[in-house]
Amino acid sequence: MARKSHVQTTINDETVEFLCEPRQSLLEVLRDELHLTGAKEGCNNGNCGACSVILDGRLVNSCLVLGVETDGKSMETIEGLADPDKLHPIQDAFLENAALQCGICTPGFIMSAKALLDNNPNPTEHEVRYWLAGNLCRCTGYDKIVRAVLDAAEAT
Amino acid sequence: MSEKKEYKVIGTRPIRHDGVDKVTGRAIYGADFQITGLLHGRVLRSPHAHARIVSIDTSHAEAYPGVKGVVTAQDLPAAEDKMADLGEGAVNLKYLCDNILASDKVLYKGHAIAAVAATSPHIAEEACELIDVEYELLPPVLEVREAMEPDAPILHENLTTSSLGDEDDKPTNIASHLQHKKGDIEKGFDEADVVIERGFVTGTVHQGYIEPHNATAHYNQDGQLTVWCSTQGAFTVREQLAEILQYPVSKIKVVPLEIGGGFGGKINVYIKPVAALLAKKTGKPVKVLMNRADVFEGTGPTPASYITIKMGAKKDGKITAAQTSLAFEAGAYPGSPVGAGAMCVFAPYNIENVLIDGYDVVVNKPKSAPYRAPGATNAAFGTETVVDELAEELNIDPLELRLMNGAKEGDRRPDGPVYPRIGFIETLEAAKEHPHYTSANGKKYHGRGIASGFWFNIGLESSVTINVNPDGTINLVEGSTDIGGTRASIAMQAAEVLGIPAESVNPTVVDTNSIGYTAVTGGSRTTYATGYAAYEAAQDVVKQMKARAAKLWEVDEDNVQFADGEFSSINGKEEQMSFRDLSGKLSQTGGPVVGRATMDPAGAGGAFATHVVDVEVDVETGKVEILRYTATQDAGKAIHPSYVEGQIQGGVVQGIGWALNEEYIYNAEGEMTNASFLDYRMPTCLDLPMIDAVIVEVPNPGHPYGVRGVGEVPIVPPPAAIANAIYDAIGIRMTELPMSPDRLLKAMGKI
Amino acid sequence: MPVIAIPALIRNLTDGEDSVTVEGATIREVINSLEDQYPGTKAKLCDGDRIHPSIGVYINGVLTRVAMHDPVDTDAELHFLPAISGGGGSS
Ligand code: FES
Ligand code: FES
Repeated sequence: MARKSHVQTTINDETVEFLCEPRQSLLEVLRDELHLTGAKEGCNNGNCGACSVILDGRLVNSCLVLGVETDGKSMETIEGLADPDKLHPIQDAFLENAALQCGICTPGFIMSAKALLDNNPNPTEHEVRYWLAGNLCRCTGYDKIVRAVLDAAEAT
Repeated sequence: MSEKKEYKVIGTRPIRHDGVDKVTGRAIYGADFQITGLLHGRVLRSPHAHARIVSIDTSHAEAYPGVKGVVTAQDLPAAEDKMADLGEGAVNLKYLCDNILASDKVLYKGHAIAAVAATSPHIAEEACELIDVEYELLPPVLEVREAMEPDAPILHENLTTSSLGDEDDKPTNIASHLQHKKGDIEKGFDEADVVIERGFVTGTVHQGYIEPHNATAHYNQDGQLTVWCSTQGAFTVREQLAEILQYPVSKIKVVPLEIGGGFGGKINVYIKPVAALLAKKTGKPVKVLMNRADVFEGTGPTPASYITIKMGAKKDGKITAAQTSLAFEAGAYPGSPVGAGAMCVFAPYNIENVLIDGYDVVVNKPKSAPYRAPGATNAAFGTETVVDELAEELNIDPLELRLMNGAKEGDRRPDGPVYPRIGFIETLEAAKEHPHYTSANGKKYHGRGIASGFWFNIGLESSVTINVNPDGTINLVEGSTDIGGTRASIAMQAAEVLGIPAESVNPTVVDTNSIGYTAVTGGSRTTYATGYAAYEAAQDVVKQMKARAAKLWEVDEDNVQFADGEFSSINGKEEQMSFRDLSGKLSQTGGPVVGRATMDPAGAGGAFATHVVDVEVDVETGKVEILRYTATQDAGKAIHPSYVEGQIQGGVVQGIGWALNEEYIYNAEGEMTNASFLDYRMPTCLDLPMIDAVIVEVPNPGHPYGVRGVGEVPIVPPPAAIANAIYDAIGIRMTELPMSPDRLLKAMGKI
Repeated sequence: MPVIAIPALIRNLTDGEDSVTVEGATIREVINSLEDQYPGTKAKLCDGDRIHPSIGVYINGVLTRVAMHDPVDTDAELHFLPAISGGGGSS
């Protein structure tokens, strides 16, 4: 077994240190080492977006990033989005639009939507669909998800 | 139809009760579960589609550092070749066990053979590669028509065709034959002026839930087995574990965690018994997770099928005869949904003369599992295409032709039973009046198609208990795992009875030790049957609280009535008290109130849908673009309309995927060559327009609020509707699914 | 008297009849009455003294889970069809 590396990173504005094997993905580290299980594994090869997090301002599939690569970087995960007493407007919009059924894809969609709105606060429907095309949802048919993101854009 | 009932809660759109946990990432799904001392399991799967297992040597894997235990089929109790009744239908126990871990033969690539528990998932995976399996390769058979040939390779040497009629004792891949017959089929075709006959092929598709299967199991020193997992039915898991492990149900507790999609694919168990065997062997809790390739190769797809449809009609549009042969691939073990397909194939129409034959056929593919209205989509692709063609030949609008022949209350279904009140005609009328159907359609390479569908829905057992809190809220305990917002739709039915807001109900889904038996979340039954149980449990609360009010007011119980959330006394004393205020007085009037109900309702009430779709065909590339989609559906009564719309939209999009892209692609060796989400391409939001879901409400007489299940029927019409739209656009009838660009180019003669 | 619709594949046992009027006030009695008229039919519908697990019983058009001792109305129509368990929408 390869030796574990020491990594120091920032997650949701907190400094976090962990040890990980070189082969462990960021998704594994988040879920298994740091118990941040909001990011989900749907495919482990970059095709479903369920593991989406924002790394140094960029949306990434955490299953395609190695844990060791995050040294010195800063990331946002679904766990850091809400304030203690209030949900983020995207989260509210998902609830109000009933934009989730089973909910397994939801953290990934919300992080993708956050990255979109950070980049483009007033997207068109087509821009929303284009941006979210890396996230799979098998339950909703996407209709209510797209509406939720458009609503959230209006609210922010 | 006059008299619309007024409801306070039903028909509104409250925020779902589990919503905040799910948008903040805090909800615990199966794979998120943690427990101290956890080991990680990994399953070794067959690289071959058909082979005899000569030997398995696990010694190298066992010696690998970090490995704590290895199991094979030897660790399963020897299974008898007998039928076990699992509540969800009868299953051959040997087949059930062999699909968990193969004993003598592997029957598909991906078939589980052995499993390792180790201190990390990586070690378990490495150790799997150290297991030596010697195979004797056998030729695979991968297609239903080939498997039915007399000289086809045989999967099960002792399998003979079972049918209600005469048995045959020759080994075969045809596991069963069923038939429905009504009227005189010859006479029916003789009467027809137009007869259309076509053959249809549908591909193997997967349910495609985003969350892979998972299980964590632990045996306590006292023999208590606990399994934490995501499943559509905790009690079904308990029953299957009891049969497979030959272990008493009283010693098994199944804890259902949040589930990331199922669509029928999370009813059968796969790795749950394996996790239990590993836990037993190691004495530690063991978590087993599938990866995406495991899910595609090792769990139930829905069957490919070959279907012939022949229908005849008179000049005036009356359909006089319908005949079909449905051959479904069961996968490696018997049990395709051909029975359901046979029930649904002509169900939307009132036809006097019908002959339906169904065949359940084993092939070297994973054992098929239910997928949303199982069997009905395959069948409707055939029927609804032929109905479209009849309409064209007769020069009648396809929607009118359906209206002329559509089944109504009192008509006899092709397989015999008489329909109670159903809403098929209403879905057709809603489609006919919809601005989509009345809008212009006529641009070059644009086409419009319509199709309808039926699903019968089921009832089955549900249990609910309600604890009344002193502040006038209730805790509602149920056993139906919540895949799509059913905590809300069940809670709302109790709230309606008690006259309290939906937010005053705390619904909780509990484990198998904590509630009465509850069947799976499937068959579109949850909002119907568990909702019915919630209604009855709430009525039980009302009854008990009336007695408390009578005590307080010193009146006779019969003199207390309850309406709109208020108890009041009639006859004599003028007393009134809200549900909330009386809830605060329970401790002074005899202690807690717990309402309970168990149900096994008949009368689930069938669901019908009619869909309209506009497409554009790119004649250069063969790609079909969905331009506009409208789905009308009879929901009986929509408890939470947003989630009904969501079910419709989700089902439609799964149907679009099935129609246009999705299929298992096999090579000649029987290996699936596209076992990833990259190559098995499900629709993304960029492939789609908004989906207009139109809810029609024809109350189901079999439910106090008129609910019909809504989850399944929306997947039924899309492939046929899209095929009909493609025909309208380019004049070519597509009879094979998926209608992918290469098939379209071939059909257009471009490649 | 109750009427039993005969499944297509066992009509060879009922001389081609597709429905048969039977006597009886319970499921067991009507099946026994059918067996008296057309020997061999009970073995197709039952597994010992219970409805065969692969068969679903419809009473007056409604799929009903029945036990052998359950009462049957005098004007009931019974169908014995392949049992079909549920699929999986999500609600
Ligand atoms: S799990 Fe990372 S993209 Fe699917
Ligand atoms: S809500 Fe289930 S996958 Fe999106």
